[in-house]
Formats: sequence, C-alpha cells, structure tokens
Amino acid sequence: MSTAPTQVEAAARRRAPRRRGALYVAEHQFRSMYNYKWTVVMSGIGTPLFYLLGIGLGLATLLDADVGMGPGGAVPYVVFVAPALLVSAAVSVATEEFTYTVMSGFKWRRVFWGINATPVEPGQIATGLVLAVAARMLFGTAVYFALMLAFGAVGGLWTMWLLPFVGVLGGLAFGLPLLAYSASLKDDSGQFAAVQRFVFTPLFLFSGTFYPLETLPTALHWIGWISPLWHASELGRVLSYGAPRPGWLVAVHVLALVVLAVGGWLLARRAFTRRLR
Amino acid sequence: MPAPVVHAAALTKRYGDFTAVDAIDFEVAPGESFGLLGPNGAGKSTTMRIVGAVSARTAGDLQVLGLDPDTHGPQIRSQLGVVPQEDNLDAELKVRDNLIVYGRYFGLSRAVCAQRADELLEFAQLQERSGAKVDDLSGGMKRRLTIARALINTPRVLMLDEPTTGLDPQARHVLWDRLFRLKEQGTTLVVTTHYMDEAEQLCDRLVVIDHGRIMAEGTPSALIREYSSREVVELRFGSERNAGVAAQLEGLGERLEVLPDRILVYTANGEEILEHVSRAGLHPTTSLVRRSSLEDVFLRLTGRSLIE
Repeated sequence: MSTAPTQVEAAARRRAPRRRGALYVAEHQFRSMYNYKWTVVMSGIGTPLFYLLGIGLGLATLLDADVGMGPGGAVPYVVFVAPALLVSAAVSVATEEFTYTVMSGFKWRRVFWGINATPVEPGQIATGLVLAVAARMLFGTAVYFALMLAFGAVGGLWTMWLLPFVGVLGGLAFGLPLLAYSASLKDDSGQFAAVQRFVFTPLFLFSGTFYPLETLPTALHWIGWISPLWHASELGRVLSYGAPRPGWLVAVHVLALVVLAVGGWLLARRAFTRRLR
Repeated sequence: MPAPVVHAAALTKRYGDFTAVDAIDFEVAPGESFGLLGPNGAGKSTTMRIVGAVSARTAGDLQVLGLDPDTHGPQIRSQLGVVPQEDNLDAELKVRDNLIVYGRYFGLSRAVCAQRADELLEFAQLQERSGAKVDDLSGGMKRRLTIARALINTPRVLMLDEPTTGLDPQARHVLWDRLFRLKEQGTTLVVTTHYMDEAEQLCDRLVVIDHGRIMAEGTPSALIREYSSREVVELRFGSERNAGVAAQLEGLGERLEVLPDRILVYTANGEEILEHVSRAGLHPTTSLVRRSSLEDVFLRLTGRSLIE
C-alpha cells in the first residue's frame, strides 16, 4: 500500500511533461534571457523613449500637414505614428529571437538537441520558444504603451488598452513565418542580416509607419498589403484614436495577422519536427 | 530471465538509397552494460537515436522498456538518460542551473530538481564548480556534467554515445570510474565507442558493428578467444619493407596481418615467434609481444582498423 503514492507520482511524472512541455521550454528560455536582461530592459525602455522624444519634440514640430485623421479631425503626428512604432518594437524582438536564438538552439549551442532527448516533442520546443518571445514582446509593447501615455501619444479611447496586444500579434505575424524559415536553415551565411536589411527595414519604411500608405504611389501599395507591420499599425490606429476605417478593412487587418501568425506557427512546428526527428 | 530493456529484431534505417542500419538484432538485459563497437560511420549513432526514440526506424521490430518508440516516444524518453556524442549543455546557464532546467523537462518539481542537482554534482565531482559557467569547464568536466544531466530523471537506461572521444587519458579514467560506479549500482548502460580499450573497460557484452551490420557478438573475452589468438607479435620493418618481409613470414603463427606500418603475427606463444624471426635472419626495427585485444577482433572481422 505504501508504494501506491510513489507509483502514482511516477506515472504522473511520465504524463506531465507531455502536456506542459512547451511551458518548460519557455521557462528555460526565460532563464537564458535573464542573462541578457539588461539588453531586454534597456532596449525595451530606451528605443521608445528615443523615438517618442525625437518625433514628438523634433519631427512633429516641423510638420504642417495633417498626417493622421481621427473621427473629429486631424490628430497630432505623434499620436498617428506611435501605434506603428509600438508594433515595430515587437517586430524587432522577432527579428532577433526568431533568428539567432533559433540558429543557436540547433547549431551553435545545440540546446534544442538536448531538449529533444527528453519527453518534450519538437513541436513543443517551437511553441515554448514562441511563448517566451511573446512574453518578451509584451514587456516591450507594455513599456511602449506606458511611455505613449506619458507623452500623450494615444488617442484616449478605451480600446487603446489593447495596443500592447496588437503589438504582440503584429510581432508574431511577422515573427512566426520567420521562425519557420530560420528552423529550416542549416547555417547562417548572412540570411539573418539580409532579413533585417531587406525585409524588416523596407517594411518599416514603406508600410505606412511614418505616413499613410496612400501617400505612396499606387504601384507600391502592395508592400503594405503583404506587411504585417501595416495591418497591425492600422489596427492600432483604429484602437488608439478611432482612425476612421471601414469595418471590412479592420476585419482584413485582424484576419491577415491571425493567418500569418497561425500559419507561421504550424510551419515552425513542422520545421522543428523535421529537423529534430 | 527478466524482460530485456531493449529488444531489436531486423532493425533497419535507410536514408534514401543509403542503409545506415542494416537489419540488426540485439537485446540488452536489465543491469547489463552493453556496447556497440565499430568505426566512425558504422551506424552506431543512428542506432542510438532510434533506441532513444528520436528517430523512426524504417523497418524491423523494436521495443524499448517494453514499449514501441513509434507510438510511445515520450514515455520511453522519460525513462532514458542520453549522453550525446557532441555536448549540448546550455553555455548561457551556470553548471547547477543546467541540471535544474533539464530536470524540469521530465516534469520534476523545482525542489526535486534542486535536490537531485546537488546529489549529481557530488557524483560528478563538480560540487565546487556549481556556480561556474559551462564554458569555463574542461572537456572532461563538461562530459561529467552531461552525464550528471542525463541522470537527473533517475533513468532506467543510460545511453552514452562515444563518451570519452576527445578527452585526455586522465579525464577518460575519471569518467570510466564514474560509469563503473553506475554499473555497480545496477544502472543499465548502452555505450557506443570506437575505442577498444573503452569497450573492454565498460562493456559486459558487445556487438561489433560495421557498415550497419553486426559482425559478431559476445563478451570482450569471448570475442577475443573466438576471433583472435592469445598473443600478438607486432613487427615493424619500416614502411618500405613490411610488405616484402611479409612473404618470408608466411606460415608463421596462426595468422598474419600486414598493415601499412607493421606486421601482426597471431599466435599462442609470442616469444617463440620472435625467436623464429631472429633465426631467419630478419631484423625488425621494433618488435613487441602483447595480448590480443578487441582491435584484433575487429581487424579479423573487417580487414580494417577501428581508427583510420
């Protein structure tokens, strides 16, 4: 009789990792992030501070044109631009964590192979990484949002409180397809730097971050339509200051972000399984 | 007889046209220390991955701890400890944290992980390095930490892939001593190696494997008895002359192996052979008489040396 509890415990132990594997992976990632906690904190606070100060105190004072329109007329430039900056903060976390961290796990430090020998399945390794990175993104977007409040860079609708989550959704919509790509790479021979320079930067500059997409020649509008940055920024503007957009367009923004994120996550899980099994 | 912890029958793994593991059969009994001896590329690591439930077999039957890895991978892995060929410790974490983080993957509570970590650091003789960074450890210490990590879940089977490759002789002996203790405590070991001395040190029973096939099976001493003579005479005449002299040695001893750098004469009595050689007027630059080893078994079975 006295052995019964231990047997139950042992059986539970064998079952438990299968359900909570992704959480253990996330816990491990948090411990690793703790090593570069100052990078996380300083870039999380410093980047929005510099952007909001630079744009709010500098650039905005030079602008005469009304760039962003709310339901009651023009909104200050910083209010227009802030939701897009918040989204790009989450996306820049993705360009780091879903590239170099992945290559490190498979190749440089080979940590994923160690986890692979435990009851945790490859798909759970991918999901655990996503959970940890999403948490880091949420920290970044929450800090951004707090500073936006301090700088008066939000519109004041109650829906503005959703901005940090829109940022995370945008970050994942950009990041999860990138994660799937990174997991399929055997080696980094400059691909990650190329993603940064030729994917992230152009999207940052050309998908309605600093000015409405319609300002660009029609021939370039497609960049916005394929860009998770644009979809998330526009969604953020609707939620922050009630930018007037038709309902169908708002639905398209949400749908595009969800499809990219979920599709990327499924592909990433598959890429991890192919690599590790 | 107790149920085997590993039962493989006609186990096969193919990658496209290449057959890495070619219909091998073997069993590992509980508490046994079982070895796969063979050169690099023989299919040892592939076999380990299949048994470790991280790579699906192409054909054949396999039961690990009574379960099929195809359907019960996580349950099998929860009861295994794996020491991979290439260390994959987390260099971003401290020594002790590596153990704790790993224990979590087996569903152990943080308190149990911490307690196990301290016990295992002591076992691995690393308690003084508990707070050190992994990168500051020597190669031998990293291997001991990897072994400690593999033991965090009190596994029923410890699988070691080339455990001492790349270590200096002293570090190897420390590691063997630790593994020997595990063996004494009744832990089942499955070891791959291309070092015959390691196989002789660690394995109760082993299979010699080459090109994905099992060439022979038995205890180290039985294999030596079956496939080699009691003694071996090693003669070196210089790389130019070895082949020429070999013709004159024909018929000497039970068998002759001519290698690029030396000639091996297999015999029950080495001193007699040496006398013969000197009476025949042949003067080797060096000569020695030694006991037969698994290296000779492998040479006999495959015509090749283990380490090439």
